[in-house]
Amino acid sequence: MGSLKIENVKKAFGPVEVLKGIDLQVNDGEFVVFVGPSGCGKSTLLRVIAGLEDSTSGRVLIDGGDVSVTPPAKRGIAMVFQTYALYPHLTVKNNMALGLKQAGTPAAEIERRIKIASAMLSLEPYLERRPAELSGGQRQRVAIGRAVVREPKLFLFDEPLSNLDAALRVNTRLEIAQLHRRLKATMIYVTHDQVEAMTLADKIVVLNAGRIEQIGSPMELYNSPANEFVAGFIGSPKMNFIDGAKLGETAKTIGVRPEHLTVDANSGAWKGTVVHAEHLGADTNLYLDCEKAGLITVRIFGVYNAEPGSVLYATPDAAKTYRFGADGKVLR
Amino acid sequence: MSTATHSLPRTIGAHAILITYTAIALFPVILVVMNSFKSRAGIFGAPLTPPTPKTFDLIGYTTVFGQGDFFHYFQNSLVVTVASLFFVLLFGAMASFALSEYRFRGNTLMGLYLALGIMIPIRLGTVAILQLMVASGLVNTLTALILVYTAQGLPLAIFILSEFMKQVSNDLKNAGRIDGLSEYTIFFRLVLPLVRPAMATVAVFTMIPIWNDLWFPLILAPSEETKTVTLGAQLFLGQFVTNWNAILAALSLAILPVLILYVIFSRQLIRGITSGAVK
Ligand SMILES: Nc1ncnc2c1ncn2[C@@H]1O[C@H](COP(=O)(O)OP(=O)(O)OP(=O)(O)O)[C@@H](O)[C@H]1O
Ligand SMILES: [Mg+2]
Repeated sequence: MGSLKIENVKKAFGPVEVLKGIDLQVNDGEFVVFVGPSGCGKSTLLRVIAGLEDSTSGRVLIDGGDVSVTPPAKRGIAMVFQTYALYPHLTVKNNMALGLKQAGTPAAEIERRIKIASAMLSLEPYLERRPAELSGGQRQRVAIGRAVVREPKLFLFDEPLSNLDAALRVNTRLEIAQLHRRLKATMIYVTHDQVEAMTLADKIVVLNAGRIEQIGSPMELYNSPANEFVAGFIGSPKMNFIDGAKLGETAKTIGVRPEHLTVDANSGAWKGTVVHAEHLGADTNLYLDCEKAGLITVRIFGVYNAEPGSVLYATPDAAKTYRFGADGKVLR
Repeated sequence: MSTATHSLPRTIGAHAILITYTAIALFPVILVVMNSFKSRAGIFGAPLTPPTPKTFDLIGYTTVFGQGDFFHYFQNSLVVTVASLFFVLLFGAMASFALSEYRFRGNTLMGLYLALGIMIPIRLGTVAILQLMVASGLVNTLTALILVYTAQGLPLAIFILSEFMKQVSNDLKNAGRIDGLSEYTIFFRLVLPLVRPAMATVAVFTMIPIWNDLWFPLILAPSEETKTVTLGAQLFLGQFVTNWNAILAALSLAILPVLILYVIFSRQLIRGITSGAVK
């Protein structure tokens, strides 16, 4: 219960092609995260799955059944929006109940589900309040509760945490992870936050300009990115890309993650001067201007004292260096 | 708080300007109301003084209530204004929702066409409208007036409302769709309450010209049965003698209903503004 299959879905707004042929299989109970730069079509894809937007061509199957002509309410899905999208004129309780009432669920059953959901999300004290009387975090929990009571086959989240402050984001992220474990439901989650993607996902789908760049588990994407785009997108700080010709390599571009570089004051592969140092406590980010490699970022675990202007040598871990061809694909 | 924005001379200056403006704007109204309570000699003798015990006279009001069926005229005006307002708001809001919410071929063209009426005065079409009303047997009915005023009010209503409808959160409408609400429910229950301030603005803009109009009642519905207040007041404007007491009394009375409607809508306006600000 709750698998999703997308076959060659395309979507154009007038002459602008936003989705250029998406194929995707989501298994029952999986937590799938869509990531990608702003404007790459994540929300559009989610809306096509939800039925809020018609695809120009291609098929969407939920549990093996083609839902291309099924209205959103009948698809067995629930969606949580970035802006919460609570009904301003209804109490928290009625916000959660509305969808069930529309579907003709018996009142006792509605009551039961609201009870379970509000206990799960600690919403009991607020059931009679209106959305305007809640904080941002509480509102987003209500929005999640509204999705939970529908007991959908498929949860869709569109950047649900991006309007929350940092501390609240961590808490709510945890709640969503627990929710997934408890409900064992299939969830699709859109974000452009790295940490959310890496921590929540069973499977990450990296989108770029309306195409899927790579699908894989967080560690697969981190350890073996298929191309330059994925390599640069997954991981923070961003991977260093160095012109292969400058290093005397055959590959077009060489990629090294900042955490796979070591520095030494006396000897190493690339000599450079410290431009800037960022002290984060647990790690230190150094920006080095190297003679051969250009400006690179080095991430050092723990505290490292380096004065801007001083000379350091950086050495990449040879086993964790990526080589990209002219088309951006990884060379093996 | 910075003192620069709250200095005394500034405050006095701002208030002086606003009070002057209010005085100028209210002057004619006050003059009308004041003189409506005076005798004919009082009106002509000292038009600018308030009624004194000597000049105080209710003759204007007694004439108005005694002559003609003024209460009936009021009723006609009210029916026409409220009904036209209702249709302008209903159809205007529905059209703007369609224009802002749905993508269809010719959307922009349709929007332009509907807004064109703002620039072309409906009175240019008076002859054609009259012929139409004669042909459909609607002359001397309130329906004729309501139809014309609805057409007259729609362009501006659509123009203003569609701008506001575009700003209503898409997520909210989509949440409604996922919860299985029909497009009508989404429109009436989710979108309309959120554009209420804009509706109030449109209502005020639409209402006043309709209430004050003399042109169309004179041409389309001049019968005794369908006279509106503005038309009824003409009764006292003779070619040789004009009953100023009665005219001023009729005008003073005509202000009241608009004032009441205006107060109702401006409440909405203010509520809308503050609810948005507090969030
Ligand atoms: N209704 C629309 N009409 C025309 N173009 C649209 C419409 N909706 C989205 N687009 C375009 O489609 C592209 C993808 O939009 P989408 O909202 O899916 O991006 P996204 O990946 O969710 O971005 P973000 O991370 O900023 O939310 C954008 O370039 C956008 O301009
Ligand atoms: Mg988006």
